[in-house]
Amino acid sequence: MMGRTIFIDPGRCIGCQACVSACRECDSHRGKSMIHLDYPDEGHSVASLPTVCMHCEDPVAPCAEVCPADAILVTADGVVQQADTTRCIGCANCVNACPFGVPKIDLQAKLQMKCNLCYDRTADGLAPMCATVCPTGALFYGTVEELQAERPGVQVVDSFTFGRTTVTTGVAMVVPADKVQWPVPGGLPVVEVNGVDVR
Amino acid sequence: MTEQPVPLDPSLAPPGTRNFRDAGGIPADRWRADQGGETLVPTHCCFCGVQCGMYLRVNKSGKVFGVEPRNHDINRMRLCPKGINAYQQVNHPDRLTSPLIRRSRDEPFRETSWEEALDFTAAEMQRIQSAYGNDAFGVLGGASLYSEKTYLVGKFARVALKTRHVDYNGRLCMVSAAGANKLAFGIDRAGNPFADILQTDCLLIAGSNVGECFPVMTQYLWGARDRGASLIVIDPRETAIARTADIHVALKPGTDSAFFNAVLHVVIREELDDESFISAHATGWAEVREKVAEYPPERAAEICGVPERQIVQVARMFARAPRAMAWHARGIEHHSQGVENCLSVINLCVATGNIGKPGAGYGTITGQGNGQGGREHGQKSDLLPGGRSITNDEHRRQICEIWGIEESELPPAGTSMMEMVWQMQRHEIRGLIGICNNPFVSLPNYRVVKEGYDAIEFHAQLDFFLSETAANAHVVLPVTTWAEDEGVMANAEARVVKHNKAQEPLPGVRTDTWVMCQLAQRLGVGDKFAFAGSRDVFEELRIASAGTVNDYYGITYERLEETGGIAWPCPSTDHPGTPRLFEDGKTYHPNGKIHMQVVEWHPPMDPYDDEHPMTLTTGRTVAHFLSGNQTRRLGALVEQTPRPWIEVHPSHGFRSGDPVRVVTRRGSEVFPALVTEAIRPDTVFVPYHWPVPTAANALTIDALDPRSKIPEYKVCACRIERAEQIDEVPEPPTAPGHHAYPETQVSRTDPLPPTVPQGRGTAERS
Repeated sequence: MMGRTIFIDPGRCIGCQACVSACRECDSHRGKSMIHLDYPDEGHSVASLPTVCMHCEDPVAPCAEVCPADAILVTADGVVQQADTTRCIGCANCVNACPFGVPKIDLQAKLQMKCNLCYDRTADGLAPMCATVCPTGALFYGTVEELQAERPGVQVVDSFTFGRTTVTTGVAMVVPADKVQWPVPGGLPVVEVNGVDVR
Repeated sequence: MTEQPVPLDPSLAPPGTRNFRDAGGIPADRWRADQGGETLVPTHCCFCGVQCGMYLRVNKSGKVFGVEPRNHDINRMRLCPKGINAYQQVNHPDRLTSPLIRRSRDEPFRETSWEEALDFTAAEMQRIQSAYGNDAFGVLGGASLYSEKTYLVGKFARVALKTRHVDYNGRLCMVSAAGANKLAFGIDRAGNPFADILQTDCLLIAGSNVGECFPVMTQYLWGARDRGASLIVIDPRETAIARTADIHVALKPGTDSAFFNAVLHVVIREELDDESFISAHATGWAEVREKVAEYPPERAAEICGVPERQIVQVARMFARAPRAMAWHARGIEHHSQGVENCLSVINLCVATGNIGKPGAGYGTITGQGNGQGGREHGQKSDLLPGGRSITNDEHRRQICEIWGIEESELPPAGTSMMEMVWQMQRHEIRGLIGICNNPFVSLPNYRVVKEGYDAIEFHAQLDFFLSETAANAHVVLPVTTWAEDEGVMANAEARVVKHNKAQEPLPGVRTDTWVMCQLAQRLGVGDKFAFAGSRDVFEELRIASAGTVNDYYGITYERLEETGGIAWPCPSTDHPGTPRLFEDGKTYHPNGKIHMQVVEWHPPMDPYDDEHPMTLTTGRTVAHFLSGNQTRRLGALVEQTPRPWIEVHPSHGFRSGDPVRVVTRRGSEVFPALVTEAIRPDTVFVPYHWPVPTAANALTIDALDPRSKIPEYKVCACRIERAEQIDEVPEPPTAPGHHAYPETQVSRTDPLPPTVPQGRGTAERS
């Protein structure tokens, strides 16, 4: 069962890159952002999508599995850490293995860097910096129950199929809820939507 | 109905969860203990009108070096990229740290002492005023200043300089909305707090790219969407919020009031108006009804270039919702009919009875941090402190009593910011002091602005970076950033929040308050400017506003620190403030009614012809703030959006990255194309944060709204053509010995090289 993790809700992303700036500011990455923003339908839509490490659970972290130097540690709570700088040889095997295109190699330093779910913050009871600041909640940190308490009706997806392989991840994507009128806590009168009575 | 999951009890929330965060925020002690003596100073972002709460990280040497999200009511930890990077300007290598002086514009700047700079400035003020009269010296303030300082700007102009010519850059921001609100409700502010958005059933956003201009406000929009509220977006571009709207009306720029008149026409035709609310609370309904009868949807559809059925859909969706709200911003305000546009939105809210209830009302989203508070206390040419009118004898008498001057000494109303520039061109204004503004980038029709500034004999500028405008000055006085002083700002909800001082001013830098008091002393009125700092000024401001509509009397620094913000009017120290207006059904007009106003649409001021068949519209990007003087120097934000671009529809045959020349009657510039279906085929868009030769405002028209005097930034006639070479963005001006572009600064040690540029407007996008 999924614990506390990041949920990505592309429907909310406004492409502001607050996550990118925040990641650069967090203690883990020392000035380099480990998030990037994709524009999946460029030219037709302004849609954007933040990409963070998905912290693969099954198979466990392909990046770690292929690392010849055993530099990528997966913690007991499923967080795939960035490469240990004393072991990483900058070979980029992890880059090739990752189905989501996440790890980056700093060519000058010959070191791999990737999102480690702000382990310094999450281990201390804080949310990762990107999900903390995200103005829209496109990046949400918490449990599925907390997400659904805030966003009634949404479902999440944590398995993705690449060819014949299905990868189950620690980070999940949010599937939008059907358009339904929900009461706010405390209850508001039931109303109609688009001219249709939804009582 | 589907059952809603039960929210968790925040007090039981485990650490690391959102509920934990919302219940208590981050454990500040951890940072103090673990980060080598670091402290977190609670304050607010210096940029837009949302005024997000944040902590500035201060190291044991007392220097600001980073930011931490703060669990403040307004933003609940969220920050946009501007907020995250704002701290970098405090100790930026490009900060001005010594007064600069030159006797003529042909000379280079030299660093000088404060004594010489202030003496020279005061002497020039006296020389110009004795030669040409008091009104020959103008003062231009800014809406990014704390309210205390905006109060001081107004007082300085009228008491120390005795000039009628004082105005501020909020004139370029939301004065249309202010004018409309004043006409309709007798009070100049949004009617509802942001939190009301969560309770609405239908949200109409007109002319506001919330995602890029006020990103943190989207949490309220999406919050409303989560519980099923419908979203209507009126914008010529498909913005990030328009993308997910139930109805996106991509109307032709400059046609908003025709559209809203037609929406009201349908509301009346389908008997969706709230006659009982109107008869109890409003005047002018019969005239409005008569006028909107002239705007059937088929006529408006033709004017606005949108399908007729959309107008009907919008009317039904808005009017049938039990609670509906309308929020608007510069998109409908930056017009020669800006006041009419805002009034047409207000008419719709009033006619459907959506006023003064949770989830029902209207609001305008302030662009500048203190765009709301910046005009409340006398910085605007026609207003005295407390929003008093400078033409009202009783108001003049009241304020003269507080200031201890004779009524005959108080100058009459002056002209607006753009009109002052025209007066500079005509040599009616011969000297100017600018505080916290950058008209070389922010005013329309750059050529006129440059001519105006070049024509004046003396120009002084207070700023903390050498802006494009300051680079034209004779004297530049280096002043503090927001983090080096304390003060209050009023956000878009009219919630007054307190900013705290996080570090001592850099050596050589003084506060704007100190500078104005020193100049006043040299002008012989030091006794009326005996302020030690912001706190003293605020005490006088409270008294000066007491009993007015903009009543701050009950707000104190201590209360602001305790409560996290109080919305005015707040007449006594035990008054909770007024987050939502008109709950008792009364407005601030003497008869307590809403004065509905007849709105007539007229075409934009720049006519279309065969040479200029298309519309140029302008706006912001998320990474930059207004004229970019602050944000164009911060590495991360420059990387995010290094330059402006032109958004064009694919039907014009360009490919992304092609050089496209846009030509208006004021000039032409070449930008890289961003080809996208997110814009109307008859319209192009250029963001406006950059100086010439990449300044959208070198192309826009200096036509003004006759009532609010806001320039018509959002629509001018243009044509586009293929060009050879893209105009390059110049580096920001710098003082001797300074440099403009440091590498991306981060609060951490061991910075790695900057990331590859990405995002809108960069080559990587194409």
